[in-house]
Amino acid sequence: MRVAVLVKQVPATENVKIDETTGTMIREGVEAELNPLDLHAVEEAVRLKERFEGTEVVVISMGPPQAKKAVKAAIAMGCDRGVLLSDRKFAGSDTLATARTLAAGLVHEGGFDLALSGERATDGETGQVGPAVGRILDMSALTFVSEVESVGAGTIVVRRAVEGGHERVEAPLPAMLSVVKEINVPRLCTLGGKIRAKKAEIPVVGAAELTIPEEHLGLAGSPTKVVRVSYPQITRKGKKLSASDDLDTALDAIRGLLADRGAV
Amino acid sequence: MNEYRGVWTLAEVREGRVHPVSYELLAWGRNLADSLEVPLSAVLLGSNVAGQADDLIAGGADQVYVVDTPELASFLADSYTKTLAALVQRHKPEIFIASATSTGRTIMPLLYVDAETGLTADCTELTIEKAERLLLQTRPAIGGNVMADIRTPLGRPQMCTVRPRSKKPLPVDRSRTGKVFRESVDKRDLSSVMKLLEFLPEKNVGAPLQDAEIIVSGGKGMKNAKNFAMLEELARLLGGSVGASRTAVDLNWAPYSSQVGLSGKSVTPKLYIACGISGAVQHLAGMSASDTVIAINTDPEAPIFRVADLAIVGDVLEVVPALIGRLK
Ligand SMILES: Cc1cc2nc3c(=O)[nH]c(=O)nc-3n(C[C@H](O)[C@H](O)[C@H](O)COP(=O)(O)OP(=O)(O)OC[C@H]3O[C@@H](n4cnc5c(N)ncnc54)[C@H](O)[C@@H]3O)c2cc1C
Ligand SMILES: Nc1ncnc2c1ncn2[C@@H]1O[C@H](COP(=O)(O)O)[C@@H](O)[C@H]1O
Repeated sequence: MRVAVLVKQVPATENVKIDETTGTMIREGVEAELNPLDLHAVEEAVRLKERFEGTEVVVISMGPPQAKKAVKAAIAMGCDRGVLLSDRKFAGSDTLATARTLAAGLVHEGGFDLALSGERATDGETGQVGPAVGRILDMSALTFVSEVESVGAGTIVVRRAVEGGHERVEAPLPAMLSVVKEINVPRLCTLGGKIRAKKAEIPVVGAAELTIPEEHLGLAGSPTKVVRVSYPQITRKGKKLSASDDLDTALDAIRGLLADRGAV
Repeated sequence: MNEYRGVWTLAEVREGRVHPVSYELLAWGRNLADSLEVPLSAVLLGSNVAGQADDLIAGGADQVYVVDTPELASFLADSYTKTLAALVQRHKPEIFIASATSTGRTIMPLLYVDAETGLTADCTELTIEKAERLLLQTRPAIGGNVMADIRTPLGRPQMCTVRPRSKKPLPVDRSRTGKVFRESVDKRDLSSVMKLLEFLPEKNVGAPLQDAEIIVSGGKGMKNAKNFAMLEELARLLGGSVGASRTAVDLNWAPYSSQVGLSGKSVTPKLYIACGISGAVQHLAGMSASDTVIAINTDPEAPIFRVADLAIVGDVLEVVPALIGRLK
């Protein structure tokens, strides 16, 4: 079986800045890491490799040259190899352009029975890229996957975490799974893994090597345009009371607010 | 592009009933449609659902497109996508909104690929730029640290999802009249290669978090798993559900399904009560859009207090039981 994992390098959570004129993220000088939610996709892919003999797991990422680090981090966890899709022409991609580029990357790498993505990236937070890649490649798109029950004979059975419970869904392969955190606990990488990752060559694939029309790439190939960004102050002018000083007043205030909001 | 006219919302059906988020979407859509002077339509897919089209009209829709057929009895990503894509191609709406539920967040990222247009997730504000007939979509990113205004100048429809509970439904008006169109769709588009085998409901207190109007949420300050019982009791008294911080979930004091935040659920209840939660940015990302926030924390400098309407400096293990006592 051939399994692809899509991983994104994201700025380490806090202290992210946006270029006010282009509306894109300033990545220079901000520490980057593998999107924490993608660790679950990587872990699941490695588990599939352990479950099904002869499985090859390929990590694919699109991003600037530094994103090789994220690919290597996934290799350190047990993926077989990785590629980075990187080209100036990819700059400014929105989720559609990103998904089209990644889809072309999957084709370039020879096609896959299964592809996995994280639920969403902690920077863009759209959760659109995974399912979109699946749709572009006509794979069964399975979102919010919390368990891979079985894979075999051209079909997969998964659990999906939805409102109020879980669905068990069966779908034919090839399938694109976006997985939720609940699916597993990512392993720590071993020393051996780190050494392998360090040695691993990460080929860089550019626009010229992908079968994708120029007009689908980057900023020009992105239907959505960020026109303005602002930094909201999420501060409320709340009332502060000390329950240790005066429990009754505090309880009255809570009760009063609950009543006001129709909760009691 | 000028042939695209009208505002569409996706009516979401769960267990055969139109889900309340569908009426919130109509409230969003009504503003946009009025501003553009075009009809507002709801799209209703399912099996034995046509009877509920009138409810959507009473909730603000001018038109309802219905595909009512046994093939659509359960939500399956492929048949729903193909059916919607066919309807979009046939009727060409300029705007299409869905709720950012698990259904909306599945169907929209598939549909926008077919429609070759843009999609903006989790919008908190939508406005029409009249001169160009463009939809200005405002959404938070990077854990709510940034708000971005986004346009879709070329693709049509302009597609987006909005957070559940981010708008009140319009008052039900049974005197409203509207048109119901029964649409037929090619068998190939209705067919699915997927199969829903089973639904396994979870047994938590109250409604699923994303639907809950009131959430009582606990963090590391609850000290242990046993103390979560008092949050359940409080939630029950208030008719709410129980949430948790990641730390509490990691400590197995609460199931992952109740985790609120960046790597958990985004919730927008009327009332969020944070008990012993520090208010790390990753937690705030999932709950700061709540209507009203009450926070109880021993640390007067806890960041959660920055987003609280009522900040109680004190020990949850003292305040919550006392509050329960008073409410009983
Ligand atoms: C990539 C990433 C994703 C993350 N995603 C999430 C997420 O989705 N959700 C999430 O919640 N976190 C998330 N986190 C973790 C987040 O950064 C915090 O670590 C977490 O929210 C802290 O949980 P807490 O508030 O329960 O614990 P703490 O930060 O330890 O806070 C406990 C609080 O309880 C107070 N307290 C202690 N005793 C009492 C008492 N007796 N009475 C009242 N108050 C008391 C303390 O003053 C303190 O403020 C994420 C982190 C990362 C890096
Ligand atoms: N540039 C990228 N390269 C590789 N994978 C990506 C990229 N962007 C998004 N993904 C994958 O798609 C998921 C959802 O991302 P997003 O839609 O940006 O929230 C991520 O968790 C990744 O698995």
